[in-house]
Parts: sequence; structure tokens; C-alpha cells
Amino acid sequence: MTTTGKTAQEFAAQEYKYGWTTPVEQETAPPGLSEDVVRWIAARKDEPEWMLEWRLRAYRHFVKLLEEERSPTWAKVHHPPIDYQSIVYWTAPKAKAELESLDQVDKEILETFEKLGIPIEEQKRLAGVAVDAVFDSVSIATTAKETLAKHGVIFSSFSEAIQEHPELVRKHLGSVVPYTDNFYAALNSAVFSDGSFVYIPKGVRCPLELSTYFRINAAGSGQFERTLIIAEEASYVSYLEGCSAPMRDENQLHAAVVELIAQERAEIKYSTVQNWYPGDEDGKGGVYNFVTKRGACRGARAKISWTQVETGSAITWKYPSVLLQGDESVGEFYSVALAKARQQADTGTKMIHLGKNTTSTIISKGISAGHGSNTYRGLVQIMPNAAGAKNYTQCDSLLIGDASAAHTVPYLEVRNNSASIQHEASTSKVSDEQVFYCRQRGLSEENAQSLIINGFCKEVFKRLPMEFAVEADRLLQVNLEGAIG
Amino acid sequence: MLEVRGLHAAVNGVEVLRGVDLTVLPGETHAIMGPNGSGKSTLAYVLCGKPGYEVTAGSASFLGQDLLAMPVEERARAGLFLSFQAPGEIHGVRTDHFLRAGYNEVRKARGEAEANVLDFDRLLKTKAKMLDVTERQTKRFVNEGFSGGERKRNEILQMAVLEPKLAILDEVDSGLDVDAMRGVAEAVNTLRTPERALLLVTHYHRVLAYIVPDKVHVLVNGRFAAEGGKEFALEIEAKGYDWLAQRAG
Ligand SMILES: Nc1ncnc2c1ncn2[C@@H]1O[C@H](COP(=O)(O)OP(=O)(O)OP(=O)(O)O)[C@@H](O)[C@H]1O
Ligand SMILES: [Mg+2]
Repeated sequence: MTTTGKTAQEFAAQEYKYGWTTPVEQETAPPGLSEDVVRWIAARKDEPEWMLEWRLRAYRHFVKLLEEERSPTWAKVHHPPIDYQSIVYWTAPKAKAELESLDQVDKEILETFEKLGIPIEEQKRLAGVAVDAVFDSVSIATTAKETLAKHGVIFSSFSEAIQEHPELVRKHLGSVVPYTDNFYAALNSAVFSDGSFVYIPKGVRCPLELSTYFRINAAGSGQFERTLIIAEEASYVSYLEGCSAPMRDENQLHAAVVELIAQERAEIKYSTVQNWYPGDEDGKGGVYNFVTKRGACRGARAKISWTQVETGSAITWKYPSVLLQGDESVGEFYSVALAKARQQADTGTKMIHLGKNTTSTIISKGISAGHGSNTYRGLVQIMPNAAGAKNYTQCDSLLIGDASAAHTVPYLEVRNNSASIQHEASTSKVSDEQVFYCRQRGLSEENAQSLIINGFCKEVFKRLPMEFAVEADRLLQVNLEGAIG
Repeated sequence: MLEVRGLHAAVNGVEVLRGVDLTVLPGETHAIMGPNGSGKSTLAYVLCGKPGYEVTAGSASFLGQDLLAMPVEERARAGLFLSFQAPGEIHGVRTDHFLRAGYNEVRKARGEAEANVLDFDRLLKTKAKMLDVTERQTKRFVNEGFSGGERKRNEILQMAVLEPKLAILDEVDSGLDVDAMRGVAEAVNTLRTPERALLLVTHYHRVLAYIVPDKVHVLVNGRFAAEGGKEFALEIEAKGYDWLAQRAG
């Protein structure tokens, strides 16, 4: 850690408490994007031929999209064009040796995760949670593997899964989000580095919460992780991801892909607490968070539930979606998105009803403060065979200050008239009456605001496991410091 | 305990309080009556420091401190409590959590240790039982979907927990049926102590039959037009306010 004086920018963004850098020796891919870089990454990870070929197909597709200037422009976000040749696509702390055990992980890196509240070392771990820690482009450690293995659960880094379970990866990779899905999915498919892989066998209820923490550390690099979760028939898993990055003046790109597969009667709960560096007060720096997340309820009565608390990132472009293929399958989306200072969030979900009597629930809570712009963008699509499909959507916006903005863009496409659709929307401000009431009971003005904002987010926070709900609330409050009052 | 001298206050540029004088000693209960719009709630708000209520002249001291110089929460922590005429809802915030937050602030201000969840729950349970508030209700979001009677009772529960030195009860009896009114009044009575002072804003004599005041003041046009003992309330209810308004000019 350097102990030199803080830069003005650091002062401006003091509320971001995760903005330090860990000094590690690093190994990087040559900067820029080319077929050679894709090959370099695959070779560095010792990947089988089929994986490299898949990457290359994705790479060629991306190049085509890039040439045709087909990066998405429909979202309500603005940023200068991204120079894909200036990004470093793979960065990892230089390994002292091949990592066989935690003893070989750099002390600095262990300390980094500990400081982030994610202790990896055995004696310090959170009870009931298994953790995969990803540092720049590589997974540093995955805990509790033995306990999980006893239940037949596989929880490993994506790289390891490619080596150890190629048949599973090969079968499912890209089956929910093909590399042709969109611009950033194509990019990710070409250069993805690491991420988590989860496999829950038939009938197994995963005994621990699984959790991945992503940390961007290196400058000038992007993070392109890939997560794949497969829940076989009648299994259950709850998975959480958290993330943060140092404060930097330049923008950093994070383009991830997450695929979930829930077979008959399986349930996947996927929670995100996103706290990438949001940039400073004037919008300088911050992470571009362009993420494709989608789950497929493949079998009857399968259930996929997305819960996200998006507090960080300069720009969030993210629509965790569910394909409701199995009859009576269930899709849920619970979201809190904060846009303060110059942050821009364009987030929502797609619920695609294909099977009969499928149900989806969307609860979106957008908070806008400062000059933040928050857009809910959602699509509910009822396909011809989805008789008896049901959707409930609730979009609430909370405005703080006079310069912030909230937008709601709900698309609805109904091709089966037995469907029932319900949509509610509200926009509110933290009222002076409420704040006065709280203060009259002894709460400071700041705590009163916090309490009211927390209440606004209640339906979403209560979906998170306890410790994470507390963490999510704390992050929200910390991020809002100075933005309210 | 409370000394108000020549208090003038304006809301949105309109002068609503036009010279209020009031002295309340520990343990006293004062009733404040007066026609709609005469400034009763305004007086309560000004004493509690509600933003937007601007004091244009006069002074108020509370337990020897300059009340008007203190921020809202400090007044509350010093022992000033307002039972709101129409308390608002706070979505997503459970009543017990809300109250614990306030309770711990008050304790901190008194130099006492914060109560942990278990201790607080025990305390709340006892108080709720005493006031006939169900445990289920204390777990509901603050005032959300509460009936008029439940809201008033919830205010009194908060008073019971926060144990203020001076409680202003703004129309704690309004909108309640006879039985509910009696229930709330009895609840308030259980909270009367030789030290605790009450300022009871009301339109009706009937509540004063339960919570017997030491003094009755009548506010007309932002000024006290008359005052008397506990029997005075009855007289006012019979005669109305017009004669006082005329007398006050
Ligand atoms: N926020 C406000 N903006 C404008 N005028 C206000 C505001 N609050 C109070 N007033 C005015 O001040 C005057 C006194 O109001 P206040 O609520 O204090 O009366 P009150 O005596 O409590 O009446 P009631 O018996 O109806 O409760 C009224 O004329 C009212 O319209
Ligand atoms: Mg009133």
C-alpha cells in the first residue's frame, strides 16, 4: 500500500472505500485485441482445442460486429467510443508456482480479499459460505471444495472446469447466451478469462451458499468473466457475487456473461452486490459494467430468481433474464439500482414466457441522486404456447435532489390472450414529512434518509441472505453519503 | 421545564403564531384548545423545530436550554416528544426497528449504552402489552395501513418507549370512537408521572375527563385568548370560540 497523500480525485470520491490498488507483480497479455491475443489467452490457460475454436468463432463474430459498428446504442447511457485496442484482455498476478494450496497465494492478495470482507483462509471464513475469489483474470482460490464434493457439488473456477469437466462445459457453454447474442457477449466469448463454474447434481440441495468475489486490480485491463451454473433436476443452489475495483481516472471495461440452467423442479437463486468503482463526482473514471446474464428454466416447475443490488459502476448495462421454457416454471427479478453523481444505470430484465402457466415477478427499485440517471428497461414476452402465463411488474423510482432522473421503459409483448399481466409503477421523493417524523424520534437527518431509503429497498434486500443484505444496505448508504441532505 | 415568550412564527411567509406565552412546569398537564386553523399544530411543530416553520420573534427554553437553537433531533433526544396529529407512513421500515433506532439515539444522548436487539424487544413487548398494542402491529411497517385508532395508539407506544420529559399530544383523541378514545386516554394516563409534563391539543372536553389538565389554554388566531382551570374546557365546548375571538379582536 502506498501512503502518499491523496489525490484530489481520491478526495472527491472518498466514499468509495474499495479504491486502493494491491502492488503485485503481474503478467499480462499483449495489449489490444487480435486473433493472436485470443490464442495467447487460450494457450496461457492450456485450453483444449474445442475451447480455442469456440473463442475464435466468437472473436470473428465480434470483429464483424465491430466493423459494422453494431455496438448497442439503444440504452439510455452515454460514453465516448471504446477503443478495444487499448484494453489489456488478460492480467494476472505473477504466480510464484502453480497454485496447489492457499499457502502459495500471495500474502498481498489474501490481504486484499480480507480487507474487502472476503476472508479466504480457513480459520477466518464466513460460516455457511463457500467462496471463489477472482483477482483480475484469474481465480485465486475456491474454498470449501471438500465439503461440497461430498454432496457431489462442483464449485470451481471456470478455468479449472474446462480442464476437469470439459464434457459439462462443452455441453452447456453458450447454450443460454450464444456468442452471437450481442456485442459484449461476443467480446466476452472471445477473451473470457475466469469466473465460476457450479454444478449441482440431481436432487441435491447445495449445503452452502456459493459466492464469488471479483476484484479488478490492474490498470488498463478489462475483466471478462464467465459464470456457468447448472442445476440438475430437483436441485437447489443459492449463489452470490460481489465485486469492486480501484479508483482510476480512466474507464475500465467489465463485460461478463452469466448462464444459468435449471432443469425440472430445480431452483437457482442468483444474487449480485455490484460495487465497481463508479467514477468521481464529475464522472471521471469508473467501470463500464456491460453484462449479459440469462437463465433458462429448462424443465417443468424450475425456478430462477435474480436479485441484484447495483450501487457502483459508471455505467451499468445489464438485463438479467429468464427463459421460461418448462411448464409452470418461475422467473423472478428483484433489483435495486443506484445512480448518483454522474452514474448511469440502464438495467432491467427480460422474462420470456414459452411454457404453459409460467409465472414471472419483476420488482425494480431505482434510486437516482445528484446527476444520476436511472432507467428501468424491461421486456415481458408471452409466446403463443404460454397459455395461462402470469407476470407482475412493479417499478418504483426514488428521486433525491432536483437534478436526478428516472425513466421506466417497460415493453410488453403478448401473443397468447389467456395471459394475465399486471404492471405498477411509482415515482417518489424522500418526503420532508417522513424525515421530520424520524428526526422527532431522535434520528439524525442522515439516518432518517438512510432508514427511508432502506425501507424503499426492503422487498429486494429481504431476498438476500442476511449478511449480504446488511452489506448491500451499508454499500448503498456509503454510496449515498453526501448525495443526500 | 418549558418557557415560551412572545413567540411569533410564520409558515410560507404567513404569520401563524402571533405572540405565544406559555410556562409549563414538571408534572403539569396543559390542554390547548382552539378553532381549526388557529395555530395549535403550528405551535407544536415550532416547538419541535419542523423545517419550514420560521420563528420570527420570541424565545423558548426547554430544561434551561435555548430550544429554538437546537436541531430537531437534539430536541427529541433532550426529551421533547410530539404525538403527530396525522403521523405518516414509512414504507419498508418496521415499527420496532424504527423505534429501536430512536430509542438508542435517546440513550446515547443520555450517555447510556445502546440497547441490543434482544433487550429492546423485551422492553417493547412490555410497553406494547401495557398499551394493548399487539406484537404483530409492532412488526408492521411504520403506520402503513394502520387505522386512525392504531396510528394514535402507535404514537403513544412510541412515547412510552422514548420516555420524554415533555410530550405534546396533537389531537390524540381525534377520529377515535368513544371506546378507542378512552383506551388511548387511559394509555396516556399510565404514562403520567410526577415529572413528565404534557401538552394536550384537543377539540373536545371529553378526553379531558380522562386526562385531567392543570390548565386549559385557548389559542385563537395564533395567540392565547383565554385560559382557565379544568372546568374551562367544558365551558368552551358549550359556548364555542366566537366570543373569545371577538374578545381577542
Ligand atoms: N405548511 C403550511 N403552509 C401554508 N399554511 C400553513 C401550513 N401549515 C399551517 N398553515 C396554516 O397555518 C394556520 C394554522 O394551522 P394549524 O395546522 O397550526 O392549525 P390547527 O390549530 O392545528 O388546526 P386544526 O384544529 O384544524 O388542526 C392555518 O391557517 C394553516 O392553513
Ligand atoms: Mg392541528
